[in-house]
Amino acid sequence: MRERGGMQEDVFKIENLTMAYDDYTVMQDLNFTVKRGEIFFIMGGSGCGKSTLLRHMIGLIHPAKGAIYYNGKNFSDATAEQKQDMLREFGVLYQGGALWSSMSLSENIMLPLKEFSNIGDAEAEDLVNLKLSLVGLGGFGGFYPSEISGGMAKRAGLARAIALDPKVLFFDEPSAGLDPVSSHRLDELILQMRDCLGATVVIVSHELSSIFDIADRAVFLDAKTKRQTAVGDPRLMRETGPDEVRFFLNRGALPAGQKEKSLI
Amino acid sequence: MAMPISQQNAASLGEATLDFSGGDALLRISGDWILGGSHTLSKEIIEKLPDGVKRLSFEVSALGSYDSTLISMLLRIIKQVQSGGADIDFRSLPDSVVSMLGLAVAVPEADAKKTSKRIDFVNRVGVRAINIISNTKDYISFFGDVTIAFCKLLCGRARMRGSDLMMIIQRSGPEALPIVALISFLVGLILAFVGSIQLAKYGSEIFVADLVGIAMVREMGAMMVGVVMSGRTGAAFAAELGSMKVNEEISAFKTFGISPIEFLVLPRIIALVLMFPLLTIFADVIGALGGLVIGVGMFDVSYEQYSSRTVAALNLVQISTGVGKSIIFGLIVACIGCRMGMACQNSSSGVGRATTSSVVQSITWIIVADAIFAVIFTIFDI
Repeated sequence: MRERGGMQEDVFKIENLTMAYDDYTVMQDLNFTVKRGEIFFIMGGSGCGKSTLLRHMIGLIHPAKGAIYYNGKNFSDATAEQKQDMLREFGVLYQGGALWSSMSLSENIMLPLKEFSNIGDAEAEDLVNLKLSLVGLGGFGGFYPSEISGGMAKRAGLARAIALDPKVLFFDEPSAGLDPVSSHRLDELILQMRDCLGATVVIVSHELSSIFDIADRAVFLDAKTKRQTAVGDPRLMRETGPDEVRFFLNRGALPAGQKEKSLI
Repeated sequence: MAMPISQQNAASLGEATLDFSGGDALLRISGDWILGGSHTLSKEIIEKLPDGVKRLSFEVSALGSYDSTLISMLLRIIKQVQSGGADIDFRSLPDSVVSMLGLAVAVPEADAKKTSKRIDFVNRVGVRAINIISNTKDYISFFGDVTIAFCKLLCGRARMRGSDLMMIIQRSGPEALPIVALISFLVGLILAFVGSIQLAKYGSEIFVADLVGIAMVREMGAMMVGVVMSGRTGAAFAAELGSMKVNEEISAFKTFGISPIEFLVLPRIIALVLMFPLLTIFADVIGALGGLVIGVGMFDVSYEQYSSRTVAALNLVQISTGVGKSIIFGLIVACIGCRMGMACQNSSSGVGRATTSSVVQSITWIIVADAIFAVIFTIFDI
């Protein structure tokens, strides 16, 4: 784990959170914090509610019970204006990039810039070019989402997510659908973005190589018990965490010398 | 001390000034450089850059908060200076700025810029003509595929689920009754209103029943069902199949060797061709009722007189012309809706365009077909 200064302050505090769709409870009693400047992973098996948790954190879904605090402020208690100010500090990269298909890549990045600031065209264009260059897409501004590959769409989505220099960057399955090399490059990019922007990064993923490469801390959601099983450094969890976490982090096998038992 | 935007306070004016001594340029950066704040524009600095700069260095002791605005300004100036072959001394810049600049230039800008070529009139006409020809070919090929699928169905070899057909019939038939009833009632009402005012001048209000009955049965019933169903069901077909294409569901059918024409298009066409005549008969009856409301309610015509005139004015041939036309209209709406959906571009805006084209083309072709029918019926004196 890399050492970084000022990583003690809590940016997010999740308190006794229960997530539910109508009568169906997805997860309950979630309690963890995300600290400033860290890369925090939400991990767990498919369908355990990772993306739902991310949607709760960005305020798209209201908690069934419990609370989510962002910089000490309860999301649920915030007025519409306060919520808008909070959201303005978030950048989100959705699974498929979620680019607006009727706009070119430049226009996709330009829209939030123009909406949330009063900068001139020339300056906005410079910023758009910078964001595209940062994700390695310099020169592709005139292309439409339908004209680029899935990996490029993801990077363009990242360029849009960082358009307003967010304080918190959320990634929903950033490696999904990418080859190992592109996936590794994206991990490197996330790391550099965090270091350059000084942003806090929250990533939903079950990609183990990414988790071990760039995570500072992680929370593990267990679909069977519908509760979090562990929070902390995933490299330590792999060795000393609860059985189901070690089972997951060791790709379905407990480390040699440890007692095997059926977890399925 | 320089700090990223996450620690910013109230923004002060961001300034950048250039000092020269020999070939050396020193860019002094001070104040806050944050999005939306006031600061020196990069083009102002570039305008002041003299020729022959050999080395560019920076002085940032008075730099306040900053975000990408500073990086974007620096990147523009560095690119400008580097194009003249000058060296850049990054040492005095904050580490995060240097690493972000490094990231921005890590991948060279692709030579992928799109040039918008001005297309002259002759070329535009040519391109449009080629598109029309290729679209016509696609339509013919689509009709060919549908015909083959229909022949397979008749031989009992088409892969089509009965439950799908029933569901589409339900959606495009019974569920369309309320809107068809409303529109045809109002059309009957309008026809009666306009007609009876003119007929009243000659004291022959009673013939409003003939006018409404014949107009609804021969023309307006089928036409109104066509228009309503183009907007309602034809558009739904285009959007549904278009979204399936974007989600690669159509490709998934093809990879399993299942023809999407048989599985998706055929039940939709059959459903509409079956439902259109029934909806047309329904529209005819409701339209006549609309006429009756005006005839009986506003003029001195009794219910019995109105209904007996309506029955006397109509015959099986007239009813058949309207119902027969409606079968063709159903075929037009279903085929155009499905074809637009299947030919949709792989984007959400493509789905929107397919839906719009489906409605516009369906209505246009319904009117063209109706005109052709009018000519044919006149020639054969039907």
